[in-house]
Amino acid sequence: MSVFKHCCLMLLMAVAASAWTGASVAADAPAPAAPAVAPAAAAIAHEQLIKLVSGDGDEKLAVINALVVSGDPLAGRLLKALAEGQLQAAGSRAVIVVDDKVVDAITAEALPALAADHEEPIINNRLRREIDGALATLDLVSPLRAARLKAARALAEGADEAMQPLVAKALATEQDPEVHGLLEEIAAGMALRSDDRTVRLAAIAKLGEAGGANAKKLLLPLTVKSPDGTWTETDDMLRAAAGRSLRLIDGRLAWGERMGLLFAGISLGSVLLIAALGLAITYGLMGVINMAHGELIMIGAYATYVMQSFFKVHLSSYFDWYPLLAVPFSFIVAAAVGMVLERLVIRFLYGRPLETLLATWGISLVLIQVVRTLFGAQNVTVENPAFMSGGVSLLTNLVLPWNRIVIIVFAFVVLGSVALVLTRTRMGLFVRAVTQNRSMASCVGVATARIDTWAFGLGCGIAGLAGCALSQIGNVGPELGQGYIVDSFMVVVLGGVGQLAGTVYAAMGLGFANKLLEAWSGAVLAKIAVLIFIIVFIQRRPQGMFALKGRALDA
Amino acid sequence: MNGRQTSTLARRIYGPRAWATLGLFALVVFVVFPVCNLLAADTSPLHLSAYWVALAGKIMCYAIVALAMDLIWGYAGILSLGHGLFFALGGYAMGMYLMRQIGREGQYKSDLPDFMVFLDWKSLPWHWWNSDQFWWAAVLIVAVPGVLAFVFGFFAFRSRIRGVYFSIITQALTYAAMLLFFRNETGFGGNNGFTDFKRLLGFEITLPSTRMALFVITGATLIVSLLVARYIVTSKAGRVLQAIRDAEQRVMFCGYDTRHYKLFIWTFSAVLCGIAGALYVPQVGIINPGEMSPANSIEIAIWVAVGGRGTLAGAIVGAILVNGAKSFFTQAFPEYWLYVLGLIFILVTLYLPQGVVGLLRSLQARGAQTRGTPSGAMQAAGTQSGGTQSNSSKLSERQA
Repeated sequence: MSVFKHCCLMLLMAVAASAWTGASVAADAPAPAAPAVAPAAAAIAHEQLIKLVSGDGDEKLAVINALVVSGDPLAGRLLKALAEGQLQAAGSRAVIVVDDKVVDAITAEALPALAADHEEPIINNRLRREIDGALATLDLVSPLRAARLKAARALAEGADEAMQPLVAKALATEQDPEVHGLLEEIAAGMALRSDDRTVRLAAIAKLGEAGGANAKKLLLPLTVKSPDGTWTETDDMLRAAAGRSLRLIDGRLAWGERMGLLFAGISLGSVLLIAALGLAITYGLMGVINMAHGELIMIGAYATYVMQSFFKVHLSSYFDWYPLLAVPFSFIVAAAVGMVLERLVIRFLYGRPLETLLATWGISLVLIQVVRTLFGAQNVTVENPAFMSGGVSLLTNLVLPWNRIVIIVFAFVVLGSVALVLTRTRMGLFVRAVTQNRSMASCVGVATARIDTWAFGLGCGIAGLAGCALSQIGNVGPELGQGYIVDSFMVVVLGGVGQLAGTVYAAMGLGFANKLLEAWSGAVLAKIAVLIFIIVFIQRRPQGMFALKGRALDA
Repeated sequence: MNGRQTSTLARRIYGPRAWATLGLFALVVFVVFPVCNLLAADTSPLHLSAYWVALAGKIMCYAIVALAMDLIWGYAGILSLGHGLFFALGGYAMGMYLMRQIGREGQYKSDLPDFMVFLDWKSLPWHWWNSDQFWWAAVLIVAVPGVLAFVFGFFAFRSRIRGVYFSIITQALTYAAMLLFFRNETGFGGNNGFTDFKRLLGFEITLPSTRMALFVITGATLIVSLLVARYIVTSKAGRVLQAIRDAEQRVMFCGYDTRHYKLFIWTFSAVLCGIAGALYVPQVGIINPGEMSPANSIEIAIWVAVGGRGTLAGAIVGAILVNGAKSFFTQAFPEYWLYVLGLIFILVTLYLPQGVVGLLRSLQARGAQTRGTPSGAMQAAGTQSGGTQSNSSKLSERQA
């Protein structure tokens, strides 16, 4: 972080502190004129800290404020220690005592055990509130975007007039568009309460141009009647302007919602697509009921986790690049597991779907337990690379998260690659030949057994890719796959067996249907409704949406 | 109905050796367990603790489910992954009655079940109508799984859904039901389901005598279900069902409407599951939506597969073996149980397509052949299973 920004943040912190604690510092202290002043204030003295321990209430408050104003990196730690009662006074020196270990509060050097005359702080509820407030303020100027965003959101909920200078300062330095937008909205909301009519008009117009749901909340009171039938806002012109702005906001919000729904539908659809794509090969093309498909997804997710952990430990400076290796790694691991399974178990069960179902279910149980033994039963965290966190803010209430966008693109890239492999490569030709007419393919010299293994490996590898993608948007745990197995089968069955195009339409259709119903009836009921719909649909068209035309009696 | 006719019926259902085994089983359930549990002193080596009674009772409930599964899968060739749902529905129907029997002794001292007070509901929802009457609970236990299975089966069989498609959509149905029952708004206690039961028909549910009565009733239900199932599979309809399993198209060309047969056995099987669920809930003292998880339904199939598809005794043996192993492993080596269960799934489908009972029979037959009495082999197979032996070998031929 640049020195300039750092200084600005300190200033911001100083103002914020005074505003939050509501003390008189803001009024009394000279306006922090030049950034160069800030470091000078940074030194924390032992006398100050002693006051924190043994001073009276007002003295303590003053020191807390000063600590926040100082912007010293120590401030957060000292305040936390104070809240825990670890900050104590030993003679003229302030110390932090943790489990009988004593360190100097400022230099952190280790000290011998405390003399008997040390003093512990008395923390009452008021003080505790002040400390919490001060800590939250420190969060507001945190270098972490998420912390600043949270603090800005809290401000947007209910901003105090006293914070106006703070917001103005923050606006000047904030780089992040989302936080900046929020701060602008807060500033306009404050201007709305000003006495100057032109300032209010400008604020109303500003809110109408850029505001979101919060701005709506601010404007609404201007356009309603109080219970006795008079307008709460007596100025007609202001009221009319507020009405116009509200209509603008409503229109924008509605668009945002529609777009958001569309995006959520595409996003869920792409998740379903990538989860079901491997199954479209193993089940759709080869006819193997692979109940362990979900577990292969899970294995792909764990392979990503392993790769991520490896980067974290050994190549931490290249951490953002780990997906480059995680994607092929998860494919290879899952494909290898799949090919072993095919050689050991599944090839004995071709043509016996119900037995395959049971045996692969057994495989899935074993795989779950293997992963539990290796990685523990708890979920593991897979961190997104930096470029996948955050999102694109299109409208005030529409933020498209990067990880979702990446997964949508990834799903379609994988889909395209699978289509290419199946239609343009020799192996794809063989796979199609074997599934269409096994004995004929065998007659013309295709090694059908080997093709089965490769095709099954391909399907499982794609499941691994799905796991890699899913690890970026959800928890990774041994039961990860169980949640996807029913959905994946629904997609393949609905789309029609043996058809990649059907799988795409079914995944996207189910994604949209789910999200539309969700907006209307809640997530669980939507899911139930979709399942019931599929059950009914299968009754009407047992071959799925896109059946291959055939004349076989027993399809 | 004269004596001669009943004896023919008995002979048609089972041979003398099977009746003897059944008698032995009845003796254990009706005499040995009650005497050793209730009459034998705690210190006596013959004493059976409540734990064993509960475990055996639970496993007998599972055996009834396995019988139901065998009827539909082993005899009609339809693999249902929805039997966990029917089991749980029967359990919930019983659970509603048991919740009402708690009366005002719940935590909140209210007429409503505790979870409704917790959700701040003021009165019982419509589907709890009459739930304090045992006869109504009994009706629901049979009717809810029965009607659901009938309606679902009617449409599924009409559109000629079969094989794996049927399995997958029954699984989807179970999954949807599980999601529904997990919701608090459904009015079945959400996540926690029903528990803390106090009384059944006015009897304290924790008393050893009540528990033993439940155990004995479960045993009787198991025996009656076995006999009824045996009656069905040896009847003409049963033969048609096995023909449907082996070659449905041919049966249709012979002029049979296969839908009726399949619908009948499917509904009957579901009702049997519901009854098993209703007996299960008071014995284990809890029912929650976890019973409907897809995993549970698939496990039912493996009980049958382990024992031997297409043999009713096999279903019971399989349920006892797998669940016995389960309670042993989950206590002694909990982390290995999934390995064992997974391997059972894999190895049984690969190497033991006829199950344990099938294996025993073929060993028996081979033993008789080496002794030079081929007729003995025929008899051994014939007395035990009637026609099913040949059918199950046909089954494996068809699938090979």
